[in-house]
Amino acid sequence: MKDTVELVQRLSAHPDSRCWYVAWNPKGSLLASCGGDRAVRIWGKEGDSWECKSVLSDGHQRTVRKVAWSPCGNYLASASFDATTCIWKKKNDDFECLTVLEGHENEVKCVAWAPSGNMLATCSRDKSVWIWEVDEEDEYECVSVVNSHTQDVKHVVWHPTQELLASASYDNKVCIYKEEDDDWECRATLEGHTSTVWSLSFDPEGHRLASCSDDRTVKIWKECTPGDGEGDGSTDTWKCACTLSGFHSRTVYDVAWDRLTGALATACGDDGIRVFKEDPAADPEQPVFNLTAHVPKAHSQDVNCVAWHPQEVGVMATCSDNGEIAIWKYESEV
Amino acid sequence: MTAAAARLENANPLIFQRAGERALTAVEEDETVADPIDDREIFDLIRSINDPEHPLSLEELNVVEQVRVNVDDQESTVSVEFTPTIPHCSMATLIGLSIKVKLLRSLPDRFKIDVHITPGTHASEDAVNKQLADKERVAAALENSQLLEVVNQCLSTKPV
Repeated sequence: MKDTVELVQRLSAHPDSRCWYVAWNPKGSLLASCGGDRAVRIWGKEGDSWECKSVLSDGHQRTVRKVAWSPCGNYLASASFDATTCIWKKKNDDFECLTVLEGHENEVKCVAWAPSGNMLATCSRDKSVWIWEVDEEDEYECVSVVNSHTQDVKHVVWHPTQELLASASYDNKVCIYKEEDDDWECRATLEGHTSTVWSLSFDPEGHRLASCSDDRTVKIWKECTPGDGEGDGSTDTWKCACTLSGFHSRTVYDVAWDRLTGALATACGDDGIRVFKEDPAADPEQPVFNLTAHVPKAHSQDVNCVAWHPQEVGVMATCSDNGEIAIWKYESEV
Repeated sequence: MTAAAARLENANPLIFQRAGERALTAVEEDETVADPIDDREIFDLIRSINDPEHPLSLEELNVVEQVRVNVDDQESTVSVEFTPTIPHCSMATLIGLSIKVKLLRSLPDRFKIDVHITPGTHASEDAVNKQLADKERVAAALENSQLLEVVNQCLSTKPV
């Protein structure tokens, strides 16, 4: 391990509570965080320091589990244990709650915008994934409810360019969805993890998907193109190209593929953050990832999320059960 | 409620002798020495938890035992195994949750707390263990006021 990770700033973001998730807006000028205190906080840079710009505390009755920015950066969605998803509209430096998406039976675990900004996906402990369409009048309509998992759905993520969605579940599986004749259906089920799959991240091109799990591993899945002779065309085939095991000593809660450098970062229940880099010399069919940086006690409690800055190379944000956010600078020695 | 549903799942549980009080050593009384958290200290935190069904403690029902507590103060880990009185006990998740909550509330934040069923003692061992290990589900469960009240009842100190 020759690369370094330096702490830039530590923020007490959700005091006396848990910080569950952080998300950068597309420009990287704002960071949104959410937590067990039922609030969403917006952080911005003043001089060299990140400061709290707004607190969105009147949207949810229970824990806010995840937040997601729209691709245009003008909307923020928040998913809560109160079974609702709030859509916030940015007005100068303020945010107002535009609408509340209701329908899930219980805790909403994740929300994600499609790259076009015209669609949204949510998932819940009620085992379902919902696809919502957004029109020009800011009206949201549920267009599909998919029940492909047998348990709690923990995470949803869109493909970076295509209208393709992936979900991760307590049932140890990952599902891949596409729209088929006006309805969304599960096209592939990725089996291999031996416990809950907590999070997912596509690589910058969208050719591969990383998943992280309570089984303490990270898996890299690769889509097999029809020319490979796999499948009959009615389903898609994704194969596990490699497994990163032996690196994490507890549950891996999050995985993030950096759009700028291709580095892969993880957030772990052993309080550590790790950065992996792909060996460029390895066979693309059998990729090799090397651990290039490890911060063992990045936080004093579980690290729940890691997010790469969308524009500044090497900058990442993490958050923890102790309510903190940390901003880091990863330096890669070439 | 039918008569069958009102009946206890295990009407006549075996009752075990409680352990004595912890004997304090001279080193422990010396305020200048840092005492690592040990198995007995963890056991003392959970032995008096009330069983959800019987007017007895988890220690008296042998659901918790000191030998099934494992603490590593240096590594900040605590592992507790608990033994349901019968293999189909529907209260297993609640008992495990009560143990977990008691330890979360009592121990410094640095500790990683794992609560499991003693291997081979419950029909749904894996499912219960998985639920107890999922901190998101535990967090959501503790935001449910009815469930929290039941947990708090298990953790309340009985009038002597």
